[in-house]
Amino acid sequence: MSVQDQVIAILAEQAVLEPRDVSPDATLESLGIDSMGVVESIFAIEEAFDITVPFNANAPDAADFDITSVASIIAGIERLRAQQNGPSSAP
Amino acid sequence: MKRVVITGAGTVNALGHDVPTTLEAMRNGVCGIAPLQMRDADRLQIRIGAQVTGFDAENRFSRQQLTLFDPFTQFAFVAAEEAMRQSGLEITEALADRAGVVLGTAGGGISTTDDNYRTVYAEGKNRVHPFVVPKLMNNAAAAQLSLRYNLRGPSFTVSSACASSNHAMAQAFVMVRSGMAPVMVTGGSESMLCFGGVKAWEGLRVMARDACRPFSRDRSGMVQGEGAGIFVFEEYDHARARGADILCEVAGCAMTSDATDIVMPSVDGAARAMRGALVDAGLAAGDVGYINAHGTGTAANDKTECAAVAEVFGQQTQQLMISSTKSMHGHLIGGTGAVELLACIMALREGVIAPTINHREDDPDCPLDVVPNTARQAQVHATLTNAFAFGGMNAVIALRKI
Repeated sequence: MSVQDQVIAILAEQAVLEPRDVSPDATLESLGIDSMGVVESIFAIEEAFDITVPFNANAPDAADFDITSVASIIAGIERLRAQQNGPSSAP
Repeated sequence: MKRVVITGAGTVNALGHDVPTTLEAMRNGVCGIAPLQMRDADRLQIRIGAQVTGFDAENRFSRQQLTLFDPFTQFAFVAAEEAMRQSGLEITEALADRAGVVLGTAGGGISTTDDNYRTVYAEGKNRVHPFVVPKLMNNAAAAQLSLRYNLRGPSFTVSSACASSNHAMAQAFVMVRSGMAPVMVTGGSESMLCFGGVKAWEGLRVMARDACRPFSRDRSGMVQGEGAGIFVFEEYDHARARGADILCEVAGCAMTSDATDIVMPSVDGAARAMRGALVDAGLAAGDVGYINAHGTGTAANDKTECAAVAEVFGQQTQQLMISSTKSMHGHLIGGTGAVELLACIMALREGVIAPTINHREDDPDCPLDVVPNTARQAQVHATLTNAFAFGGMNAVIALRKI
């Protein structure tokens, strides 16, 4: 499964939607994912890609990880994977 | 209705192992937050906390006590010794049957749970110590105080997350006020700074990585602490008759529930709790000079709390001082309200308002006098202390000078 398909699957489950109803340019807000849903989605992304996402719910915009849309999340995952050097990475 | 006063106070927390040391630290704006020292700390994302250090449990307690006392009980036990000694109270046979102890805790013996899960799951052992249950149970600290002081009246533990000790003290207050008990030992205790306890908080993504900066625009979340605060609540005439030194009056309390969200606080629930405490205490908004804020340093709490204060105090908000001592002793979770009550007592007795340290930048969403960075001298006749918990459970206690 591609990164995009995996992210869409995670967000679709969180939003209780079918994956086909989550487009790459959908925003989390448009999917109805609230602040707790964001935190759960990030946890699922960390588990799926074995990365650590530097996200603080007190300052969601401050983190170097843009959670606005499916596309921005994918870009963030790709960057973190490169930085954190794959599955054996430590935080 | 009886009047209720406080005749003894004790504490153990990151700022000190007794009340004088703790108040001195609050006066001086000392920060008790430091890098966490614990097993597997290198596996933590969040590596700071307000730990109790230099406590030396091995020399404070007997071997038998150590097998039964989780750290949350140890902290409560030491704090209670101080409170009982200060009160000068003798628990006579007649008093014993009516005096009790109500304490708050959120995690109870979570360190004991953590250690023993490790034993059976990680280390694969098939046997744990025989006293794991009486050590980890949430009422262990209250039970040990009942045993120690022969308190044979109503005793139990209250658990409402971060409001636990305020709910416990509110409960003790109404029990003394109603005449049910002439004396109640009360407060709260917490020792959640263990690997599993920090991991659980980490998951919520609300923890700061550098410092606790309540009400500062650049705040980045809460920092966990640990410890206990224990008080002797006593019926006024009972205290007067024996010539006790009265620290202050517990004037009123209120408890409300948001009934809106499991973690996001509401202005309405917080405002109703503060307003309710004023009404219960017979205080006008203008009578209150200081509020010890819940002030966790999270975006959600600080904005909501400031909006609620503005709603309740209206024009009087400008004259009000409100500080969060969590910036110094961290968030003691179920024990936090008890340690924070000390700041209110200091304001009433010594005319010193504890500061909110680590403040760097005013936040337009928190346009209150948050006593930034430096303690202040002020004559205060009444105070409130706020606790707004996950689960939307709120408890506010009003104290008055006597």
